[in-house]
Amino acid sequence: MSTLSVNHLLGIKQLNKADINLIFETADQFKEVINRPIKKVPSLRDITIANLFFENSTRTKLSFELAEKRLSADVINFSSSQSSVKKGETLIDTVNNILSMKVDMVVMRHPNPGAGVFLSKHVDASIINAGDGAHEHPTQALLDSYSIREKLGSVKGKKVVIVGDILHSRVALSNIFALQLQGAQVMVCGPKTLIPKYIDKLGVKVETNLRKALNWCDVANMLRVQNERMDISYFPSTREYTQQFGVDKPLLDSLDKEIVIMHPGPINRGVEITSDVADSKQAIILNQVENGVAIRMAVIYLLASKIKQ
Amino acid sequence: MSQKVLLNAKEVNIILHRLACQLIEKHNDFTNTVLIGLQPRGIFLADRLAKILTEHYNIKNIKLGYLDITFFRDDFRRSGKPLEANTTKIDFLVEDKNIVFIDDVLYTGRSIRAALTAIQSFGRPNEIELLTLIDRRFSRHLPIQPDYRGRQVDVINNEKVVVNWKSEDNEDSVYLIDK
Repeated sequence: MSTLSVNHLLGIKQLNKADINLIFETADQFKEVINRPIKKVPSLRDITIANLFFENSTRTKLSFELAEKRLSADVINFSSSQSSVKKGETLIDTVNNILSMKVDMVVMRHPNPGAGVFLSKHVDASIINAGDGAHEHPTQALLDSYSIREKLGSVKGKKVVIVGDILHSRVALSNIFALQLQGAQVMVCGPKTLIPKYIDKLGVKVETNLRKALNWCDVANMLRVQNERMDISYFPSTREYTQQFGVDKPLLDSLDKEIVIMHPGPINRGVEITSDVADSKQAIILNQVENGVAIRMAVIYLLASKIKQ
Repeated sequence: MSQKVLLNAKEVNIILHRLACQLIEKHNDFTNTVLIGLQPRGIFLADRLAKILTEHYNIKNIKLGYLDITFFRDDFRRSGKPLEANTTKIDFLVEDKNIVFIDDVLYTGRSIRAALTAIQSFGRPNEIELLTLIDRRFSRHLPIQPDYRGRQVDVINNEKVVVNWKSEDNEDSVYLIDK
């Protein structure tokens, strides 16, 4: 019998290869479900899930909520901006109050790295990390790998470059772990100021020349410049960043091969990638969004099966 | 563990032909009928019946689909059974069609109940019938009975009926096994 080796999804670091395969195989079936005329299954009708978003989110929150509803779970939503957190309530008190309402699973986004791990040690509910600071964003990494597998047949042996703001990106770290676990080679590319000092210790290549990076790779995952996390100026101007690390159609056309373009969203059009690249056939950005629902349904379904009755 | 042969290859073959003839009696040329094999093991019976109908009885263009009921089961979190889902492959509409569900063994009826819920995602059929190779009498939890049955057997609860198919298990046979 195959089940996940973990009771919580806190990060890719805690998963093994069999877990990822099981999630992907289950997501395949959910992808079929969400393409039916009636997109809902009754599996989780006795499960209550709380979406706790201590940080702004649009697509991740919507994607999780849709996944939960398509599994027939009861869903409650919480965002810190409209809550008693503003009055000084601690994380554990907030969560314990919510859990007193008999919640079985918590999907949490939090600005502090390790918030999910902390919570998993103090509460009984199953925790899914929907992004903790600049640490991990496991479901995003899973859906990225799943999208690569769907487009190129497999992740193993593929060369993936992650371009942009690596320093502030939880997507980058989770992607590095997930891709390496599945046998891909990973490179990071961006301004030196936005590449963490010891990232090569994770076994990734580091490149500051975008053209060289694109010539090397099969897939380019373009990250958003996270202006909201930048307390100092990491590069002279957005215009200069775009000239050095932005991808436009002439640049793609000048490569002697066709590479796959990914972006976890939201896109700053004209900064990381131009509109004609974002809307081109090489881009699988909208596939990523669709796969996000299937992957999140799979993760929730597999974790829910471990919740005791 | 003791095992007893309920049906051998020859008997399975005779029964399959009889079931195919019964289907033809009701559904004629199958223009408005679809066969749906229930995952995981009902699909082998569905494949065989479709093959017999095509090759021996010259029925053309049989619509055959596979339906997975994993996400519609009522024992999620209740049983220790594997969670893995199988593939659903229904690339036609079932709206206003006559559906024949096909499964190898009818036991409690809960799988069929799940299948009745699952098929609603593909439209509103005109009619749904059930065909099973083995009907385990006296073990039903729900008011569900087959319209076409290969063999009815009386089996006590600690016995298991195992159906083998030549394409998958190298022989056509049905065994009764002491659990």
